[in-house]
Amino acid sequence: MAANDINCEEALKRILAFIDHELADAEREGLERHLSACRSCFSRTEFERHLKGKLRDLASHDTPGTTRDRIKALINTF
Amino acid sequence: MPITKDLFESEVLAILGRLNGVARRLTRNDADAEDLVAESIARAWGARDSLAQTSAFRAWMFRILHNTFVSERRRAMARPQVEPLIEEDRGDQHPFSIFERLHQPFLLWFDNPEQEFLDKLMRGDLERALAALPEHYRIVVILADLEEFTYGEIADTLQIPIGTVRSRLARARGTLQETLWGLARDRGLLARTVL
Repeated sequence: MAANDINCEEALKRILAFIDHELADAEREGLERHLSACRSCFSRTEFERHLKGKLRDLASHDTPGTTRDRIKALINTF
Repeated sequence: MPITKDLFESEVLAILGRLNGVARRLTRNDADAEDLVAESIARAWGARDSLAQTSAFRAWMFRILHNTFVSERRRAMARPQVEPLIEEDRGDQHPFSIFERLHQPFLLWFDNPEQEFLDKLMRGDLERALAALPEHYRIVVILADLEEFTYGEIADTLQIPIGTVRSRLARARGTLQETLWGLARDRGLLARTVL
């Protein structure tokens, strides 16, 4: 194990920030090295990533026409 | 220089669907959500001098939406303004993990239990688990996972430190997974387990 390699405990602390694209380059690279060698942490990362994807699919960005009209009318009064 | 009315309108309309979506999840009611969005936009126009730059419009607008929701809810509760007790730093408590539960050695799963679990999970399960989260957890999951805000944008929106965003998000996701686990158990999705 190289001096800058991380263990599973350290990897688990970083997985959420990793799937959120919030790790600094050095941390991300260290985690990616670990994931390439550890099936359990890799599977855990994939699970968290898929669950996040399912949550993202819940997002609805449609606005009812009546709401849009109301907001436009409101801004017109400003 | 304060934002012009035309630019304000165009920025609002560009994120109106997102504002409405977040408002619906906060209020759990379409009519209240529309009122919240309208009230927030009116407040935002009144506070337009506080917008430092147009590039920060999204986080600024969502901050006003969230603050408006919190203040309206307090008014509706008609009682003194008391911050809810938010336990942030229970660092000793490990958040719930579905993955860890599925990989307990006494469970009779084969191959890829987590994928099987995800495949069986219904949209309604996720909606229920999200709706069941306490508000201070629900908002970080909505912003991070549904709206794909960065931690910095969430910190700006909720006016909390980035470290708090990280810890609150970890706990919120743990609580969400715990609820999903319970829903899956109730629906018999864990029937192949030995408990």
